[in-house]
Amino acid sequence: MNPPETDLAAALAADTPIPRDAEGPIFAEPWQAQAFALVVALQNKGVFSADEWAQALGAEIREALAAGGCRDGSDYYERWCEALEHLLIAKGLASHTSVDALAASWARAAEATPHGKPIRLENDPLRPAGPTAIA
Amino acid sequence: MGGHHHDHDHDNHFTAIEARVKALETLMVEKGYVDPAALDAIIDTYETKIGPRDGARVVARAWTDPAFAARLKADGTAAVAELGYGGRGGEHIVACFNTPEEHNLIVCTLCSCYPWPVLGLPPVWYKSPPYRAKAVIDPRGTIADFGVTLPENQRIRVWDSTAETRFMVIPMRPAGTEGWSEEKLASIVSRDSMIGTGLPRVEDAA
Repeated sequence: MNPPETDLAAALAADTPIPRDAEGPIFAEPWQAQAFALVVALQNKGVFSADEWAQALGAEIREALAAGGCRDGSDYYERWCEALEHLLIAKGLASHTSVDALAASWARAAEATPHGKPIRLENDPLRPAGPTAIA
Repeated sequence: MGGHHHDHDHDNHFTAIEARVKALETLMVEKGYVDPAALDAIIDTYETKIGPRDGARVVARAWTDPAFAARLKADGTAAVAELGYGGRGGEHIVACFNTPEEHNLIVCTLCSCYPWPVLGLPPVWYKSPPYRAKAVIDPRGTIADFGVTLPENQRIRVWDSTAETRFMVIPMRPAGTEGWSEEKLASIVSRDSMIGTGLPRVEDAA
């Protein structure tokens, strides 16, 4: 650990209360469960190893904290998603452009889907026909 | 009847992060790395099938079967597999036995490595920066934050988990539980007692 990180750890230990939970829900929102499952599935497939994942997630959390991010860890799954995106980009399996485009497409699909119907990517009115083919 | 083109309800909305997770999932499905049905199965497993009750059964067995306890101490991965836990492969389970001289506490200073096969997913506090920092700097104070005071002369050993090695704490069997069934013993083994921030309490018996 370099000195700034030591200082940060000392400050966290001294000043920030440890959040508490009883045996509460495992995932606060469905997207957290989806992001979690995606990482487990990709490890099971050997796309990346458990150690690569721990390093990627650890680095993301460390950077966010050093940049003044949430100290109570409530942004854990946001960091999880960023770590996944960055790891897939580092492995050449995704690009910022492809993720941005698909995320925008999903957002439009959600808006275009009437309440009570499943949200499908095909519901995006601007989506080109055929497979995504952008990556 | 107003002639609006936009009078359907915009009831569905994805937040930025919801859309991003769906985007990552779509990319991986299209590349053939992920089967959507497998994702649902993983979520179901962690939400409903794996949890601290599994670890509690391991502890109760160790309390009642000295030969199992010896195997658990020698090779945690193989011993928990005897009870049907584990199987994802990759990570080793190491059981840290509390003694009157030494109490064990687990943490992951890097991120959130945790003995998933026996405890399920980690609690919110285990993943929090203050716990990850304080467990190392002031383990006795950390345990006190959870309302547990350990004897002054009991050392505290902190185990930093890694992606390959996942620790679980085997607490000491409390006095007053003589003759209890394995099931009743398991009912007093809390999640926190297997992380080291708690102790089994006789009054919690089911």
